[in-house]
Amino acid sequence: MASTIRVRATSSGETTEVQALIQHPMDSGFVKDAKGELIPPHFIQQLIFEHDGKNVFVADWGGAVSKDPYVKFAFKGGKKGDELKISWVDNKGASDSTTAKIQ
Amino acid sequence: MNQPSETVDATRRLILQGAAVLALIAIAGIRFGLTPAVAAADAKYPEDAFKQKNSDDAIKALYGKTAEASDKIKLDAPEIAENGAVVPVAVSSTLPDVTSMSILVAENPNALVASYRIPAGTIPNVANRLKMAKTSNVIAVVEAGGKLYSTTKEVKVTVGGCGG
Repeated sequence: MASTIRVRATSSGETTEVQALIQHPMDSGFVKDAKGELIPPHFIQQLIFEHDGKNVFVADWGGAVSKDPYVKFAFKGGKKGDELKISWVDNKGASDSTTAKIQ
Repeated sequence: MNQPSETVDATRRLILQGAAVLALIAIAGIRFGLTPAVAAADAKYPEDAFKQKNSDDAIKALYGKTAEASDKIKLDAPEIAENGAVVPVAVSSTLPDVTSMSILVAENPNALVASYRIPAGTIPNVANRLKMAKTSNVIAVVEAGGKLYSTTKEVKVTVGGCGG
């Protein structure tokens, strides 16, 4: 299965800018479906970015993050060709991870 | 004729006892062995904070303190959001030693939307997209040098992001 995570990490020499787009319904648990029944909550709770063996960014999310979430941040360090590991886990225990090369 | 059936019973009893003991060990393991290990990890999900309805309660549950207003936080959000399901919000700060940044929507059913941990070396500038039920204050909270700061901006929503 194709990864749910799409990442672009670009190094400017000093800092690395990371943009990530994840496929996930991010159901908050407050929205009703066409039949008027509540759609149970289903959202990513934690998203972790790891570079060189340590976390460079940890996102804790609630159900109010938009569907197919997008996040952008930057960190100091990171060279072209370095690996960036991204992983998420949702409230149902599902998870996914991928590794991206810094460009 | 009685003998074999008694043996079977005894065996079954032993198996059941064994299963019970195993179950107890497993429960004990979960209670005393595994939970502290998970809690000790530096990336525990703050479930309680995300369940709070009110923004003040959520900030308290997350940081254990209250925030003071600061003009050193930049909260980038639209004046008017046409679609409450996707509201682009960015937070950045010029405060030194930022360790955490959170975004809350006061009028959402659960105020806390996202909380970001900023380890040393990561730049305190985060952009993401969030859902807003209706017109509301968006609050950005920044923890820097052990203190808590916040800034607020009202975003008008024309179509709510919660099935409205």
